[in-house]
Amino acid sequence: MSIYWITALGTSTACFLFKYLGHSVPESWLAHPRVQRINVLIPVALLSALVAVQAFTDKTKLVVDHRMAGVSFAVAAFVAKLPFPVAVFGAAIVSALVYRLS
Amino acid sequence: MKPTYSPPRAFGLGQNTGVSVKRDSLSLSFAVGVYGAAFGAASVAAHFSVLQTCAISLLTFSGASQFAAVGVVGAGGGAFSAIATGALLGTRNGLYAVRMAPLLKVRGAKRIVAAQITIDESTGVALAQNNEKDSRTGFWWTGFGVFIFWNIFTLIGAVSAGLLKDPAAYGLDALVPAAFVGLVWPRLSGKRSYYLAAFAFVFALSLVPFVPAGIPIISTALLAILMGWRA
Repeated sequence: MSIYWITALGTSTACFLFKYLGHSVPESWLAHPRVQRINVLIPVALLSALVAVQAFTDKTKLVVDHRMAGVSFAVAAFVAKLPFPVAVFGAAIVSALVYRLS
Repeated sequence: MKPTYSPPRAFGLGQNTGVSVKRDSLSLSFAVGVYGAAFGAASVAAHFSVLQTCAISLLTFSGASQFAAVGVVGAGGGAFSAIATGALLGTRNGLYAVRMAPLLKVRGAKRIVAAQITIDESTGVALAQNNEKDSRTGFWWTGFGVFIFWNIFTLIGAVSAGLLKDPAAYGLDALVPAAFVGLVWPRLSGKRSYYLAAFAFVFALSLVPFVPAGIPIISTALLAILMGWRA
């Protein structure tokens, strides 16, 4: 099986198990404030790391290229409270323009 | 104190009554579902096939986990770090489920269906209602609504992106990090989250030249655990 199918099915299985487990365990099991706090923070850390790696690296090198223009547009769009698809697809357009012009 | 784990407030929903719950659920479902096209495109840009991309949207059905898993593979990471990163982003759905379970009271096959559609949006709409009946309506309508639109638009995005020869010329390589900005944005509230976001950003970049792809991302979960350990 390819890495793509393993990733697709593995991620799906893990995500479903968390959802199903939550519907099946007593509320008190996960009520600990520490569990709650860490669960709020984990997406913040992972998603920020993903922004960094996806926008500013190429394999094992740190790079600044057309993607930064796109991501900057997205940040500005979210600051301006524009809708999600506008920010994300706008970022793609800005990045594509910089890529073609450079 | 009762646990108060809530989805990020990114829904622009007011307090609803009666029939407007269904209307709000569907319009939100459409708005979120359109974004499935971005996932479809991102996944194909990371060299997943259209079939694999659609399978992820149907079976994983959790936006952040999906983007993360294909993002890690796209950046050259292995299956293990991709699955681990996607799974860690999926733990919050388990906490949503804990809150929804006493409200839905479902068993057997219905519980399996309810579990699969327990996501940010369905939980968010359910918790924004004034009474239990509206909460249940909001949960099911938003859950099914997002599921349908998300999967339709995933297919559209994947097929469209498959037609492009040079993804960078169409900005697909910037679409992925831009999507992550949008996913983290509503979760930033309070000093601690801003510090953590900045720290994780710098920490991941500083590891990139020295460790295998995928590790710089998953290792920032440790920062979250350290920061969340004490109140």
